[in-house]
Amino acid sequence: MKRFLMAAAATALGASSAAADIKVGMITTLSGGGAGLGIDVRDGFMLAISQSGRDDIEVVIEDDQRKPDIAVQLSDKMIQSERVDVMTGIIWSNLAMAVVPAAVNQNVFYLSPNAGPSPLAGKGCHQNYFNVAWQNDNLHEAAGAHANGAGYSNTFILAPNYPAGTDALTGYKRFYEGELAGEVYTKLGQTDYAAELAQIRASGADSVFFFLPGGMGISFLKQYANSGIDLPVVGPAFSFDQGILQAVGDAALGVVNTSQWNKDIDNPTNAAFVESFQAEFGRLPSLYASQGFDTANLLISALEAADPSDADAFREALRAADFDSTRGDFAFGPNHHPVQTIYAREVIKEGDVFTNKIIGTALENHSDAYAADCKM
Amino acid sequence: MSTILIIEQVLNGLQFGVMLFLMAAGLTLIFGVMGLINLAHGSLYMVGAFAAAAVAGATGSFFLGLVAALAAAALAGAVIEMVVIRRLYAAPHLDQVLATFALILIFSEGTRWVFGSFPLFLDIPVGLAGPVTLPGGIEYPLYRLALIGIGLAVGLGLWALIERTRIGIQIRAGENDREMIAALGVDISKLYTLIFALGAALAGLAGALVGAIQSVQVGMGEPVLILAFVVIVIGGIGSIRGAFIGALLVGLTDTLGGVFLPELFKLFMETGAAQKSGSAIASMAIYILMGLVLVWRPTGLFGARG
Amino acid sequence: MINERMINALVLAGLLALPLYALAVDEPFTITLVTRAVILALAAVGLNIVLGFGGMVSFGHAVFFGIGGYAMGILAYHAQTYSTLDLGLFTTEGTKLMPVIWLVAMAVSGLVALIIGLLSLRTSGVYFIMITLAFGQMFFYFAISWAEYGGEDGVSIYVRNSFPGLNTLVPIQFFAICFVILCLVLFLKERLRASPFGLALNAARQSATRAETVGLNPMRLRLVAFVISGMITGLAGALFADLNRFVSPSMFSWQLSGELIVLIIIGGAGRLMGPVIGACVFVALEHFLGGLTDFWHVYLGLILLGIVLFGRGGIIGMLTRTEGAHV
Repeated sequence: MKRFLMAAAATALGASSAAADIKVGMITTLSGGGAGLGIDVRDGFMLAISQSGRDDIEVVIEDDQRKPDIAVQLSDKMIQSERVDVMTGIIWSNLAMAVVPAAVNQNVFYLSPNAGPSPLAGKGCHQNYFNVAWQNDNLHEAAGAHANGAGYSNTFILAPNYPAGTDALTGYKRFYEGELAGEVYTKLGQTDYAAELAQIRASGADSVFFFLPGGMGISFLKQYANSGIDLPVVGPAFSFDQGILQAVGDAALGVVNTSQWNKDIDNPTNAAFVESFQAEFGRLPSLYASQGFDTANLLISALEAADPSDADAFREALRAADFDSTRGDFAFGPNHHPVQTIYAREVIKEGDVFTNKIIGTALENHSDAYAADCKM
Repeated sequence: MSTILIIEQVLNGLQFGVMLFLMAAGLTLIFGVMGLINLAHGSLYMVGAFAAAAVAGATGSFFLGLVAALAAAALAGAVIEMVVIRRLYAAPHLDQVLATFALILIFSEGTRWVFGSFPLFLDIPVGLAGPVTLPGGIEYPLYRLALIGIGLAVGLGLWALIERTRIGIQIRAGENDREMIAALGVDISKLYTLIFALGAALAGLAGALVGAIQSVQVGMGEPVLILAFVVIVIGGIGSIRGAFIGALLVGLTDTLGGVFLPELFKLFMETGAAQKSGSAIASMAIYILMGLVLVWRPTGLFGARG
Repeated sequence: MINERMINALVLAGLLALPLYALAVDEPFTITLVTRAVILALAAVGLNIVLGFGGMVSFGHAVFFGIGGYAMGILAYHAQTYSTLDLGLFTTEGTKLMPVIWLVAMAVSGLVALIIGLLSLRTSGVYFIMITLAFGQMFFYFAISWAEYGGEDGVSIYVRNSFPGLNTLVPIQFFAICFVILCLVLFLKERLRASPFGLALNAARQSATRAETVGLNPMRLRLVAFVISGMITGLAGALFADLNRFVSPSMFSWQLSGELIVLIIIGGAGRLMGPVIGACVFVALEHFLGGLTDFWHVYLGLILLGIVLFGRGGIIGMLTRTEGAHV
């Protein structure tokens, strides 16, 4: 036993002595039910790194198993043992809340490729924290704005009973101007929505908004399609993304969802990204892959201008966001969260493959509701 | 809240309960006859769903998918019984817990290895798609009605198997006195493999049937496993009848609790807060139910032994 | 064949030597890793009192681990935000002092253990496993919807709580605190086992009826053991939350209850150092296998399976060639 652990120390030592100019620590979800998202972020990120041709960037990748305590432990490892300059990769808000505040207070830069919990955008913002994806409420707010434009006036809304779910419904209500036919919080991880569907049917709603990430959304949509309820559905992109659309099948066709990215956004960076991602990995890129790709390109653009050891200069370079995003123009607001256009997309079928196409703009140059609370 | 809505929710609770029964029946049989705590039962549910999705995807036939689910889960069950479980019958419960916990890890990540990290597609057959109108004007999904029917039929079949056949006699004898039945010349190790495969097949069937209206993904078995344990504990471990009653109780409590508790809280709270507190209590409802049952009857509703 | 005492001494010496070595070569993360093993070991030592010595398989010890965690989270949260915690009878501003947090964690865990114990010790065997699981699930879902303290996001504490005279942010000093506590608890537990109470508990595990005929009250013995056990696991929870500077409902999850059981079985149920060895092996496996492949759980599963099938009595059983307590 003792010898075993001694070997442990020796290996840990060996790992930290590897030489690279810039060290990036990526903590993301690579095993279990949520692994698809982490794998997409990682693949998008690594694609951009390899396309940049820079061999002085070392990326240390670790699997957090979607467990907050494991993520915290890995973060300690990244900072204490690997001595990384920049961290990235976390998918889930609760893991981000566990890791990010401690990391940025230890003078590490954190670039979020996915999670954007509201405390980190408002009172808890930090000069070393940059979100390259969105503030959590953004896509829901866009869904609310879209509902107004589509003339919905009596929506039934539902989300799981946890903080991101509450944020989702709050975000929708922030922009939606009509009445609510019902507001339901479901159990986290729930897979059967028969009871909620019966409530929707009885509620007299004219539309349905839902936020049910991962397998919950797949289950909901399949059951919705089979329930005979024929109301228009809106939701954020998470339940309609490339990775899970094939599992939803026809049930998702025609559903409008909101996203800051889609594969048909017309700019050369995006076209090249979609093509090279498909060539490299044999599948269409997802929203998460685009976010991973943008995160890496932001990092590379800042490294061109400054070295992380000069923290102030490097921070300025990140803030400038001088890179070609797959979303077209990209800029940070005062709280280091994106100010961006959010589109309405519709689920379509291209040959045998389910995917999305943009049908309009939901919110133009949209920031977030918490920026004013951020004193940096 | 209208009568129609209430009836609809009761049907939903029944359907949920009946599917839980398919899971719980195998679990309780295996515990009753062999005294084994099988945490890997949820993995067999997942195996069924993945086999159905793969075969239905390749052939386009849901029915073939179901056959594949039954076969794959039964096979997986028989293999793990012969390779691992057989060595654990005499072992303490704790060793069984650890071994079957290890099997969960192997099955979950092994499935992801084979099928990838994204959920699979499995749709309900065209003939059962869409809703039907029941007497009284209730619109209800045909597929869910079919699930209730299949579940009840399987329950009946299981009852007939145990009460009316030679194998059933052996199973009941095995529950009562293991040595006696071996002395009577029954090949006990074959009987155990058979029961294990039967329980696994039931779990696989449930996985495939439910997979068609849910997400076929790695880890789908664990939440169901916990619920199935709740069911057999409420019903009394080893009792098929108890599993049936327990499954319906849990299904109805969970479904109706989720609907009515928030409504109840609205009587004395404002809507948003009532929704949140109501659904928080609702997610604990079945565990509260189980706690109450066990405090009242420490060996479950129909359990004979402790 | 190796003597169990020798193994125990070696394990403790190793647990102490490794962080010191890591300190010498400036590898703070190794210290953090060993601290994690020590804290998990402490939680499992608590569980082992009911499981190994009392013969009661509690599948809900995450309740106490979580309560300890939230005791730390809530007290430190109020202290760091200068907000008031209203407890009805009195109000408090929270605290960042570890000893106070530990006392609160143990008191609340003990109280909850008393209530859960009173209700669930009426059952036995698999029913006991499941009723404790049920309590675990109730606490888990409650914590998820407890919006005041972050719901599923949990509570982050930016600076580790303090201990008079020490700088707890230095990994080796925090390790020292945890290690001393573990040694103390192990010592007390050994005393407890040899005490009249411990002997009576052991008798009750082997045969409740026989214990009753000699005038013991098995129910009361078990209840006391359950409360002590809950308090120790609660203390471990407070330390664990401080190690991570973070607490979330995942500390209440049934997977965590299961993991604690697994730690004990790996090491050897009912052995003094079983949980400690189990925790070290588990943390080491998690750390090394995790870097190897995306599908490392498969290998972890195979190794655990190997331990059950070929090593009865856990690692200590394998080394000493003796079987542990049957539960």
